Amino acid sequence: MRNDVLTESPIVRWTLLALAVGFLALFLVLPLLAVFAEALRRGPETFLKAFADPDTQAAIRLTLLVAAIAVPLNLVFGISAAWAVAKFEFPGKSLLVTLIDLPFSVSPVVSGLVYVLLFGAKGLLGPVMDDWDFKIIFAVPGIVLATIFVTFPFIARELIPLMQEQGTAEEEAALTLGASGFRTFLTVTLPNVRWALLYGVLLCNARAMGEFGAVSVVSGHIRGLTNTMPLQVEILYNEYDFVGAFAVATLLAGLALVTLGAKSLLEWRYGDGLARAHRH
Amino acid sequence: MSMRQSLLAAAAIALGLMSAIVSVRAQEVVLTNVSYDPTRELYKALNEAFAREWQAKHNQKVTVRVSHGGSGKQARSVIDGLEADVVTLALAGDIDAIAREGKRLPENWQSRLPNNASPYTSTIVFVVRKGNPKAIKDWPDLAKQGVSVVTPNPKTSGGARWNYLAAWAYELDRSKGDQAAARKFVEAIYRNVPVLDSGARGSTTTFAQRAVGDVFISWENEAFLIQQEFGADKFDIVVPPFSILAEPPVSLVDVVVDKRGTRPVAQAYLDFLYSPAAQRIIARNFYRPSKPEAADPADLARFPKLKLVTIDEVFGGWTKAQAEHFADGAVFDQIYKPAGKTATR
Amino acid sequence: MSVAALRGWTSIPKPSALPGFGITFGFAVTYLSLIVLIPLTVLVARAADLGLDGIWRVATTPRVLAALEVSFFISAAAALVNALFGTITAWVLVRYEFPGKRLLDAAVDLPFALPTAVAGIALAALYATNGWIGELFAPWGVKIAFTPWGILIALIFIGLPFVVRTVQPVLQDLDREVEEASATLGASRAQTVFRVVLPALLPALLTGVALAFARAVGEYGSVIFIAGNMPFVSEIAPLLIVTKLEEFDYAGAAAISTVMLAISFLALLAINGLQAFSRRRLGHA
Repeated sequence: MRNDVLTESPIVRWTLLALAVGFLALFLVLPLLAVFAEALRRGPETFLKAFADPDTQAAIRLTLLVAAIAVPLNLVFGISAAWAVAKFEFPGKSLLVTLIDLPFSVSPVVSGLVYVLLFGAKGLLGPVMDDWDFKIIFAVPGIVLATIFVTFPFIARELIPLMQEQGTAEEEAALTLGASGFRTFLTVTLPNVRWALLYGVLLCNARAMGEFGAVSVVSGHIRGLTNTMPLQVEILYNEYDFVGAFAVATLLAGLALVTLGAKSLLEWRYGDGLARAHRH
Repeated sequence: MSMRQSLLAAAAIALGLMSAIVSVRAQEVVLTNVSYDPTRELYKALNEAFAREWQAKHNQKVTVRVSHGGSGKQARSVIDGLEADVVTLALAGDIDAIAREGKRLPENWQSRLPNNASPYTSTIVFVVRKGNPKAIKDWPDLAKQGVSVVTPNPKTSGGARWNYLAAWAYELDRSKGDQAAARKFVEAIYRNVPVLDSGARGSTTTFAQRAVGDVFISWENEAFLIQQEFGADKFDIVVPPFSILAEPPVSLVDVVVDKRGTRPVAQAYLDFLYSPAAQRIIARNFYRPSKPEAADPADLARFPKLKLVTIDEVFGGWTKAQAEHFADGAVFDQIYKPAGKTATR
Repeated sequence: MSVAALRGWTSIPKPSALPGFGITFGFAVTYLSLIVLIPLTVLVARAADLGLDGIWRVATTPRVLAALEVSFFISAAAALVNALFGTITAWVLVRYEFPGKRLLDAAVDLPFALPTAVAGIALAALYATNGWIGELFAPWGVKIAFTPWGILIALIFIGLPFVVRTVQPVLQDLDREVEEASATLGASRAQTVFRVVLPALLPALLTGVALAFARAVGEYGSVIFIAGNMPFVSEIAPLLIVTKLEEFDYAGAAAISTVMLAISFLALLAINGLQAFSRRRLGHA
């Protein structure tokens, strides 16, 4: 009886379940399947051959390089911002938190554009860069900058609410016992937030490797030099090399699956520490 | 502990990757060729052949990096700092702009290589859907009501400017020099254009893959390629009796090659484009070779004969054509109104 | 002025025993300024070169207006579709037990993890007239890919997790006793759901919808592959920014970007407002 009034009739239940499963299958699972199906359409050999292309290999290397620079930088930023915001009170704190979120609501295209306006040959700092002979736009530094911009908030966002919730008592105790500040952070704070941190790094990394719009604006699209994997997907696609495009796409889709798997595992095992802040 | 270690590890990986990339650079020469949109397949073949030849002659590995996009857009990228050793663009006007505005090469660049610095030429033809349902045969058919025409944006694409000028030249020829009639004619064609992609390849995708439009005004080479890629059973090529001789030129970018010390290899690359081996590749990729005697006759037989006029004859050269037709606020800006709407800019 | 506020101005407020405020705060603010704030300021300054009327002129040219219209209407439509199906999904994930639930739950985040370009080509391949789904519609003369419908599909894809992930935790925390009370008082299950449960979900739902909408308006990668990109029909505002950039009309690109930035700000403010409102009313975000 109790259960009856608290849930829907079986028909409604099944309908809702079917709707949800159908919707997710149609919009999420099917596109994912399509990536692999298209990549393997002409057999595994054609699929594997796509990775022999030196330009594709260069794109993979560049993507790894960009993520290897952007993610650690955003990690240091995320920890710094979370420490300052969560453990201290200061004026303008909510403004700071809002500003950290800003890149989420800026179109990726705009994220790239700002750097072109700043560092392009006709941009504000363009002539200076030219004098120093330091290339930013149409070169790797520009791609790194644009990637940092769009992945900027991921780690900070995961850490701030959690560290805020945990307060400062444990850290204060450690300090009283004579630990140094850095040691307190390493031995007290970090273990408390490590899963959220890992989770943020995962999301940050997935986005850093997959960013398209912002990177496309600053890249210059030189094959083998300034093409990241998502840009290489576009180029191959525009060259009617659909198998090649989808083959590179399978790597990115695989990365997405690994990210989701790791994320689910984290949630499942350490759910309590992660329960909040699921908003992106 | 784990924090600092993982940071260090990440930094080490980053450094390792960077040094790996740098060390690769040191052993080989890398040239950057900034090209226009439909040359993707052509330069892929040419670059491989050049790398083989250079390796055999100088025992040094050379890699030619290519960037493709609408010709005007690419030129502006070079002006804006894209570091190109050589530019291989769709029309002389765009390289002129790099010389004039970017001061990256001397203004007499076009006289430095044979054939107005064009190792290959092409022309403008029509691609229609199989069976030519709208019975398109010549330029006036594009201006008819109810015909949907696909062509790229002349502001960013070189091919699009050749398309536009070919239509203009046709009507000028037909009306015996009536500029006003030519303008009206071109205006009528652009009234039928629903979308302007930024490069020829984007327009190909729009027409061939997205099934937009009845006719695609296209580079001859791109038209052949569409048949090859999408199947001859889907599209027909219609060659109008009259069109324009498109001369896509090539040049060193002097400032860049001198700074990077790549002038010898870049010059050899451009000279190579005129070599018999390259000319054969050019004809095989549906471009009209500047030295047809080197090409395979079977390849040459594919090129239809039609009346071709040059930009110098009809428009007095690129500088003039660019200023009159494509500069901001010039004729194109005045006449282009996307299908059924009012002015855009 | 209160003591707390005074302390606030001296910047080290509650005499915290913890060290490292200076360095972490300094680094965070410097990094934020260098990466985000200064570049965005340059953008706005570049647009300001045109003057307010110049920006207005660019933003109100028919093509720009049409692109903004396309972006806004289709983003709104996608957000509404996600409101419906996202809520159903959240409901099913929280309230029902079924095999494969964990898998379904994990799948919801796919759009966060899958690069937009990959989503774009996959959706284009599926919904083109010769694709798995497109060919089901083709016999009726319905084209999805390369029409505004394609944009809608892409925007539904990228917006879905926002709604599910904002509604889900609230639904989870919802006190079942209220539902019991409602039932005891004689309400039917439908009445309970629509009069009691859904109103409690509304702030979270609105937040999710606003987040999905804000993301959709700026989306580029997944849309351009499937949109057809026809001016006045299926050209989105971010693509027009790229087109302006390719024409090297920097001022025009900056002007459209500034307009979109202003709109993002408003969306962000609305979201924060909604969250504050729901915290006040319901005690959770």
